[in-house]
Amino acid sequence: MRFLLDPEQRAFTGSLDALLTAADTPTVIRDWARGDHTGGRALWSRLADAGVFALAVPEPYDGLGLRPVELTLAFIELGRHAVPGPLVETVAAATLLAGLDDPGPAKRLLPALASGESVATLTTGGYALDADMADIRLSARPALPAHPALSARPALSARPAFEDEAPSGPTGVQGAAPPGTAEATQLHLAPPPDTPPHPSLDPARRLFPTHHSPRGELLTTAPPLTTPLLLARLTTAAQALGVGLTLLDRTVAYVKQRTQFGAPIGSFQAVKHQLADAKIALEFARPLLLGAALTLTESDVAAAKLTACTAAYRTARTALQLHGAIGYTAEYDLSLWLTKARALRTAWGTPDACRSTVLSGGDPRW
Amino acid sequence: MDLAFTREEEAFRAEARSWLRAHVPTVPLPSLETEEGFAAHRAWEAELAEDRWSVVNWPAAYGGRDAGLTGWLLFEEEYHAAGAPGRVGQNGISLLAPTLFDHGTEEQRARVLPPMASGRTVWAQAWSEPEAGSDLASLRSKALRTDGGWLLSGQKTWSSRAAFADRAFGLFRTDPDMEKPHQGLTYLMFDLRAPGVTVRPIARLDGKPAFAELFLDEVFVPDEDVIGEPGQGWRIAMSTAGNERGLMLRSPGRYLAAADRLLDLWRTQGSPAFTRDRVADALIGARAYQLFTHAAASRFLDGETIGPESSLNKVFWSEYDIALTETALDLLGEEGESADTDWAERYVFALAGPLYAGTNEIQRDIVAERLLGLPKGRR
Repeated sequence: MRFLLDPEQRAFTGSLDALLTAADTPTVIRDWARGDHTGGRALWSRLADAGVFALAVPEPYDGLGLRPVELTLAFIELGRHAVPGPLVETVAAATLLAGLDDPGPAKRLLPALASGESVATLTTGGYALDADMADIRLSARPALPAHPALSARPALSARPAFEDEAPSGPTGVQGAAPPGTAEATQLHLAPPPDTPPHPSLDPARRLFPTHHSPRGELLTTAPPLTTPLLLARLTTAAQALGVGLTLLDRTVAYVKQRTQFGAPIGSFQAVKHQLADAKIALEFARPLLLGAALTLTESDVAAAKLTACTAAYRTARTALQLHGAIGYTAEYDLSLWLTKARALRTAWGTPDACRSTVLSGGDPRW
Repeated sequence: MDLAFTREEEAFRAEARSWLRAHVPTVPLPSLETEEGFAAHRAWEAELAEDRWSVVNWPAAYGGRDAGLTGWLLFEEEYHAAGAPGRVGQNGISLLAPTLFDHGTEEQRARVLPPMASGRTVWAQAWSEPEAGSDLASLRSKALRTDGGWLLSGQKTWSSRAAFADRAFGLFRTDPDMEKPHQGLTYLMFDLRAPGVTVRPIARLDGKPAFAELFLDEVFVPDEDVIGEPGQGWRIAMSTAGNERGLMLRSPGRYLAAADRLLDLWRTQGSPAFTRDRVADALIGARAYQLFTHAAASRFLDGETIGPESSLNKVFWSEYDIALTETALDLLGEEGESADTDWAERYVFALAGPLYAGTNEIQRDIVAERLLGLPKGRR
């Protein structure tokens, strides 16, 4: 047992941090939220040059082969800098394409994903993240209207009511596909969206409602979703941990310089203890994530997702409270991380779905 | 980076498992915090020691197996999975022994460690005083120089296991004229049955005498029972506190096994929805604690020291333990009120977790000031 990062892994993390620190992500994020992807695309390409997307692409297609530990480390950094875009979806899409029986789509699409020329999104449910700017739009959804029990759910009130649109279950960016539906699922290369994005609590996450019936080029009627969905969960969890780490760092810096009653508010025990609890929660999420990256078991990945997202969200609440009113403004950059902590909690595996996975795990669970 | 164990480590695990299967009492021992239970647990320590399973990470010379930190982690997983009894020798093994390994003399180790390993000598800790709790350095019990040793006078309290233990260790003020309270303290071991010692057991919440007050009136301690240099006690004790809060006070195996038992209980009770999330969180928390410990152990084996991070650990396990046992009592329904279940014993024990070994408030201060770099303020 040597459950430690090796020097190459530490260097990789450090170089991504340096790249992203230099990139001025708050400007990129705000542009992205307005639909201007110029800065985001340029950053995407630098991330690809650093090897981030190649970590999910097999070697024959110009990748480095699937490297879950390095992907996890990369996504912690992406979360720390709140990088926008379908990052998780690109990784999941690459793994999905690589796993198809027919090597045609992989040959055609994967080299450009590894090099960063192409961006992919993937949906298994009601929304496709950033489908307007993605070059490859994968839809892995049931061929027919979803399960009757799911169809009976009321439509989200704010969703545009398109003719051919119906709620399609708790999947897509909202969560992973329910178990046992893989057989009924079809994988399509979908056309660009013809509707505007649906507003998200995290403005940098542009959600495009999916159509009632999947359309576009049918790739397979039996997509191998297990590994792609596990990776989506794992990288979302890693992103969440990164978001939480930055929220903690920024709040620690703030309470050291904000003075009230003649002393930095960070010297008050009521403030210290909230931050200590955030630190504890984040530090216990990190080994779960790296452990899940090593084992890639359903239970470990679900445990990591729940723990990292809970820790990040708890840190977001603490960050908001300790910043006071300035933290509640859209103008202050903290908001870019606060809103992401909320959004990632339910993306690719709700807390409930993660707990179900853990409870139904076999023996040995871990 | 990996989580794999070597073939030797797996063989060690298998050997431990098979020994435990053959030896763990089929009927649970009476509570460790009663006179009868204390004796039964002492006998269990002797049985463990007989086949060198009581202190697997210690050197063979003192009764161990040189199994290292990794071996200890594996042994603990097997130990708790087997449902083996609580360890009456824990205070000595996890608090005093690491101090002796770091600061004791060879003579002290040879004299103190083997009987500690076999349960022949059971140790109690003597840190707190009526006026010195979280602010431990303000302690007033003193040791006065005498011919060939020291005379201890004063009062210690909340001394775990002291009601039935044989010896104790703690800090005493040997030089009252120092500028700062943590200077002039000395780390000493003493006999709880020596002339001048009065032990008054204290009943914990459920009435069992789990700790005691110690009244000391010119109790003679020979020089050979001073650990390290006189006056250096604070520094030495803090290294013990580091161990105490660190890796070895609560093993991951303990919580992995407890979480599995909670899952069994939940299923036995028909998997009720009202505790579903808490049961899942207990399973996840045990895995998080295991992997956190593996990461810390890997850093330690790589030559790093475990410093203030051990405070993260202490807050986590102590709160985790309460959440887990509370869930079990809720699941038991009406039976949850019953005081003689294993879950009730675990629950009452868990309630003390955030209080001892440095309260969780002190731990959070350490996290905030030493790990996050926040300014010191009034407590």
